[in-house]
Amino acid sequence: MVTTPHLIQRFNKETRDTFTVELKPSNGAFHFKAGQFNMLYMYGIGEVPISISGDPFDKQKIIHTIRAYGAVTSRMANLKRGDMVGVRGPFGKHWPIENLAGRDILLVAGGIGVAPIRPILYYILANRNEYGKVTLLYGERTPGDLIYRGQIEQWRGRFDLDIDVTVDSAREGWLGHVGVVTTLIPRIQLDPRNTMAMLCGPEIMMHYTILELQKRGLQNDQIYISMERNMKCGIGFCGHCQLGPKFVCKDGPVFLFSEMKDLFRQREM
Amino acid sequence: MEKAEKILAEHPFFEGLDPELLKIIASRANDVRFEAGQMIYREGDEADQFLLVRDGKVAIEIFSDRGGSLIIQTVGPGDVLGWSWLFPPFKRRFDARAIEATTAFALDGKFLREKAEEDHRLGYELLKRFSRIVVERLQATRLQLMDIYGKHS
Repeated sequence: MVTTPHLIQRFNKETRDTFTVELKPSNGAFHFKAGQFNMLYMYGIGEVPISISGDPFDKQKIIHTIRAYGAVTSRMANLKRGDMVGVRGPFGKHWPIENLAGRDILLVAGGIGVAPIRPILYYILANRNEYGKVTLLYGERTPGDLIYRGQIEQWRGRFDLDIDVTVDSAREGWLGHVGVVTTLIPRIQLDPRNTMAMLCGPEIMMHYTILELQKRGLQNDQIYISMERNMKCGIGFCGHCQLGPKFVCKDGPVFLFSEMKDLFRQREM
Repeated sequence: MEKAEKILAEHPFFEGLDPELLKIIASRANDVRFEAGQMIYREGDEADQFLLVRDGKVAIEIFSDRGGSLIIQTVGPGDVLGWSWLFPPFKRRFDARAIEATTAFALDGKFLREKAEEDHRLGYELLKRFSRIVVERLQATRLQLMDIYGKHS
C-alpha cells in the first residue's frame, strides 16, 4: 500500500510526552475496526506503526494518540495543526468485540496501551445493551501521565461502566489507587465463566496481568492481547515483526492468548 | 465479641482459620473509623496493632524533605494495613493516611505476639498469612520499580 498525505486538523498535547493527532481522511471517509493500526510517515524522518485510538463509527476523523518514545515519534511531538503526515492503513486484526455480545468485558490497559483500548469502549457504548458488565482497569506511572483524563472522568460517572485507574506513585492530593495495574484485579467483581478480557500494554505488564486473571479463573481462550513488534511493511511481507510462525502486523496485533502462549515472552524470539 | 469473630471470619485475611484461634484474635479486636485526610500512623510510631480494612481507602506514604509526601501504595476493603508489629524494632516504617472515610478492625499486635509465642499454631497461621501479603507486595513493588509502562519495559 502507498502512503498518502493527510492533513492534521487538530493537535492536542495530552501529557508532557504524549499527544493526539486528528487527521482528515484523504478520501473523505476512513473505515477501521478497534485494535487496528496505521503506519504513519513523518516526511524525511521515518515511518512508525501507531494504533488507531478514535471512534470506529466516526468516519470523518483518523485519531492517533502517540507517546514520544523514539526518533520518529519525538519529531511528531512537534507537529501542529495544518501539517501533513503520511498514512498507510489500516492494518492488522482487530479486537473481536462484535462477536462477544452477551459477555462481560474486562479491559486492562497499561500506559499508552489505553489508546488502542479506547475504540473498544466507543464500540461498546454505541451498543451498550449487547454486553454485560464492562470494566476498564488503567495503570500509569503518575497522575500526570494519565491520558484521556477528562473523558475517563466522564465515563466513570456512568452507571454502566466500571473504571478503575491506578498509578505507580503519586503526591499528596491524589485520591485514586496507587500500585501497578495488576493489583486492581483481585479487587474487581468478575464472573470467570462469562468474562472476556482484552489487554494492551507492555508485554511484561500483560504477562503479570494474565497471571492474575488466571488466578481469578479465566482461561487462556478468554484473554486477548495486543502485541507490539517492529512492524515495517504492515502486510506480512518483510518479516520485521515475525514472531515464530506469526507476523504481528498481519496475524495480529490482536491475538487470542491461547494461540500465543507458547510464543509470548519467549527469549530469543 | 461474637460479632467481631463473625466479621473476622468473613475477612479474606482470616479465611479458613481455626475458630479457636479466631476467638483469641477477636478477643482484642476493635472497630475503628478514620475520616478522609486523617493520619492513621506516622513513621517512627510504635507498631502495636494492625488493621483489617473493611471500607474506604488508605494511602501508605513516604515523606521526603524535598518532595513532601509520596504515596507508594493504597489499600482498600479486604486488605491488611501494617506488619511492623511482627518484627523488631516494632516501629512504623511509613505514614498511613485515610484518603476516604475508612472503617477497619484494629487488632492488638503486641498481644498477638505474646500469644503466638505461647501457641505456635497461632504464630504459624499469622506468619503464613502475613508472609503471603509481604510476598505479594514485594512482587508488586518490583513491578513498580521496573517502570512497566515505560519505554524500556
